[in-house]
Amino acid sequence: MSYGLVQASYVAASVLFILALGGLSNQEKAKRAVWYGIIGMAIAVFATVLGPQVQSYWLLIITVAIGAVGGTILAKRVEMTGMPELVAMLHSFVGLAAVFIGINSELSPSAEMVGMMQALEMVNVDKGVAGAMATALGADMMAHMDEFGALIAIHHVEVFLGVFIGAITFTGSIVAWGKLSGKLDGKALILPMRHTWNIIGVALSFILLILFMNGAGMWALIPMLLIAFAIGAHLVLAIGGADMPVVVSMLNSYSGWAAAATGFMLGNDLLIVVGALVGSSGAILSYIMCEAMNRQFLSVILGGFGGPTGPAMEIEGEQIAIDADGVAASLDEADSVIIVPGYGMAVAQAQQSVSELTRRLRAAGKEVRFGIHPVAGRLPGHMNVLLAEAKVPYDYVLEMDEINDDFPETDVVIVIGSNDIVNPAAQEDPNSPIAGMPVLEVWKAKQVFVSKRGQGTGYSGIENPLFFKENTRMFYGDAKVSVDALLQRIK
Amino acid sequence: MKIGAPKEIFAGEARVAMTPQSALVLQKLGYECVVESGAGALANFSDADYKEAGVEVIKTAAALWKAVDIVIKVRAPEPVEVKRFTKGQALISFIWPAQSEELLESLKAKGVTALAMDMVPRISRAQKMDALSSMANIGGYRAVIEAANNFGRFFTGQITAAGKVPPAKILVIGAGVAGLAAIGAAQSMGAIVRAFDVRPEVAEQIESMGAEFLFLDFKEDGAGDGGYAAVSSPEFREKQLELFRAQAAEVDIVITTALIPGRDAPKLWLEDMVLAMKPGSVIVDLAAEKGGNCDLTVMDEKIVSENGVTVIGYTDFPSRMATQASTLYSNNIRHMMDDLTPENDGVAVFDMEDDVIRGSMVTNAGEITFPPPPLKVAAQAKPPVKMVEKTPEELKAIEVQNMRAAGAKQTQLLIAGGIFMAVLGMFAPASFMQHFIVFVLAVFIGFQVIWNVSHALHTPLMAITNAISGIIIIGALLQVSSGGWFVGLLAGISILIATVNIVGGFMVTRRMLAMFQKS
Repeated sequence: MSYGLVQASYVAASVLFILALGGLSNQEKAKRAVWYGIIGMAIAVFATVLGPQVQSYWLLIITVAIGAVGGTILAKRVEMTGMPELVAMLHSFVGLAAVFIGINSELSPSAEMVGMMQALEMVNVDKGVAGAMATALGADMMAHMDEFGALIAIHHVEVFLGVFIGAITFTGSIVAWGKLSGKLDGKALILPMRHTWNIIGVALSFILLILFMNGAGMWALIPMLLIAFAIGAHLVLAIGGADMPVVVSMLNSYSGWAAAATGFMLGNDLLIVVGALVGSSGAILSYIMCEAMNRQFLSVILGGFGGPTGPAMEIEGEQIAIDADGVAASLDEADSVIIVPGYGMAVAQAQQSVSELTRRLRAAGKEVRFGIHPVAGRLPGHMNVLLAEAKVPYDYVLEMDEINDDFPETDVVIVIGSNDIVNPAAQEDPNSPIAGMPVLEVWKAKQVFVSKRGQGTGYSGIENPLFFKENTRMFYGDAKVSVDALLQRIK
Repeated sequence: MKIGAPKEIFAGEARVAMTPQSALVLQKLGYECVVESGAGALANFSDADYKEAGVEVIKTAAALWKAVDIVIKVRAPEPVEVKRFTKGQALISFIWPAQSEELLESLKAKGVTALAMDMVPRISRAQKMDALSSMANIGGYRAVIEAANNFGRFFTGQITAAGKVPPAKILVIGAGVAGLAAIGAAQSMGAIVRAFDVRPEVAEQIESMGAEFLFLDFKEDGAGDGGYAAVSSPEFREKQLELFRAQAAEVDIVITTALIPGRDAPKLWLEDMVLAMKPGSVIVDLAAEKGGNCDLTVMDEKIVSENGVTVIGYTDFPSRMATQASTLYSNNIRHMMDDLTPENDGVAVFDMEDDVIRGSMVTNAGEITFPPPPLKVAAQAKPPVKMVEKTPEELKAIEVQNMRAAGAKQTQLLIAGGIFMAVLGMFAPASFMQHFIVFVLAVFIGFQVIWNVSHALHTPLMAITNAISGIIIIGALLQVSSGGWFVGLLAGISILIATVNIVGGFMVTRRMLAMFQKS
């Protein structure tokens, strides 16, 4: 396949990828859009393989076959509650690949680069030759020599950046994966002087970049790689469980930028385009998550929760418990019900039971809907996928903005395993650490039931006045056990 | 511990403090329940019903008093009942401690721990034990029924083949729990309902029940402590009577519920107003026990005035609906027991730190503990601070300001970006700039496209971006055939994991999207 044809297929692939992402604007289009992505990928890979630069087909076939089998197993086996882990793991792969490709392009530069470097070396080694060449080739050629210099410098920066971003993505994602799958402690690890450590790391890397540009080669690249690994791990270790949606989106973005940097390194426009698409996608997701928590991106990544700005408002009243009979009786009388699920539902694996409850209540002629907060769960859109897996039709599942106005006309709200996203303190107490965060206004409903394991506070560690409201009843116990108990009483 | 409900001995009292239903809950709290034979008969709960609910039925009151630790009653105990108490027993019933000093003395002498249901403080937490409200609710409802019974016409307006029937006009004075219940009942029977209250803040509640609030143009807030009404000034009273006088000729039924805590009921419906009413009209005076709101009211009796207006002064409305009243009252009692039994182990703990228990306790361990100390927390929520509404002009000004700020910010960003581009363009070679254009445009396309992605599909979005960022495989493909074995190895591993990304990412995206089903 000629070079031109390969480039043409890259254009086609870019267009198909954009269509694939654009198609996710609604559920029905999305099913078709995935195929655009698959076809785009196939075109790009085949064009590259058949292009002039690839020869060792056997190695290719073996590695691709193993990778494909591995990918298939992962995709088939993963539980929907485990999606955050899978996504984090896949991010780490992109990061690692970017690191390897960067190292490779330093170890075995492309023929073009080698040519330019040799030419420059000749010029530098012997000024006499340079003078002779200058007269022989004319000023025109000497200008080219300058351009070679700039190109090589830029190439060095590209390699360095590609490896740096790739390395941060790799260890960051590995740590995120560990935290999400429970292999690492989910709590934030706060080292003393943590910001100083990060700044030192970045400063050292910058010094190494200058050394690298002056020909230090692998001696600069490898130390930088180790530093970047440390920075990536440290960044994510310092972030706690419920901020994971932001972290995973951020790593999603990084994996895109790593791919884009690789594209610059290799002068490959397709990689640049896809990297930019993925990078901006992750950036937008992070932005949406931060908006939903009313926090600055930097404060999530570097901060942890800010302290309260004053004494918290005093909470009046008491938490009143209720048993399954009471909840079932209320549900029986209600006409409209909204269920607000949170990560606790996923932890208890209660989504199937919740779905069955929805089906039965719907069959009894009640309006049952779901209200989803953007940061519910450990991944953007996580709750939607869990409910979809449990066969809750997606048109019952509404976003916060769509459903918030309906709470005053709702008879019963069931809060399952969520806490901060339904905390009225965000609106009522200007001193609360979560003041200003948009929340689901469940307390405006006639009756609220909160299914919760115990009396503990949520991730942010702040007391939730919702639990003390007059129209709130606490339905203590494991979410799945509780909902199953309801199912026995609602036929 | 054992809880027992004796038969009420007060003449005409049909209620009972324990129902089979409440007994079930009390047993869940760990108590053994006892009832005197025939206690629930007048409220339509037979001994058999109680036995079925696991309640022990005891023949005589005397035996019951001997058997139990806690006696629950509706009416305050009569002297003959007080005699049966032994030291350490507990009593929960209406007691009216302010009016019955003798009773308190005798309970104190007996060493009884007595909780008065009428002293439960009016705080939100204690609403479930507020028996006064439960009974007032029934009283209000029943007042409308009694009025209808004595009224010779329909409540609702009708146009029939035989002619037109005008709807009844009802005036409710005092919109407390009883008043609101009366409004609700009368409204649902189709009458035209008007209501008056000295507390202006209840206007909203009255209107929410569908009645018309009679507005009195006079600056005085009649609200007193604890959500009850206070005594009004003579000028205010004059204005008020003027308003009623004007209504008297018009309305068919008057239901008065005005009470001021610790005082005789205010006289609001004077004799001349009764005389101004049409014959056949009905007045139901729910304040009869405290002397009545109407001049003509005779306690516990129904009289007819000389111009044919029926004035009802019954005081036993709740007892006239004994089944309903017993159900609600017994529920109030069981909520109280719930509060008294923190461990659910059938042992009552009289926690003097608890505002509700302390507030309702009138005697304990040979002491009179009435009146209780003032509440630690304010019983009433503070009225919400009104937000200052911004005028449309101000809103517009703010909007313009915000737009300007956003515009200025965008301009700054564009200028900064422009400068950055210029610097880059001066030093970077042309081939780099070509790639850079592609990069910047792709970022912009990415932003435009991703904003349109539905929030519900964010997880599939992440999975598909996982898959397409596997495009990094191309870099590895280009390197795998160049250089030595180490380069080949690294490229090989990269190809392998990138393939995992591509295949895994696409497959899991498809799996997820297939789950999204429309109803």
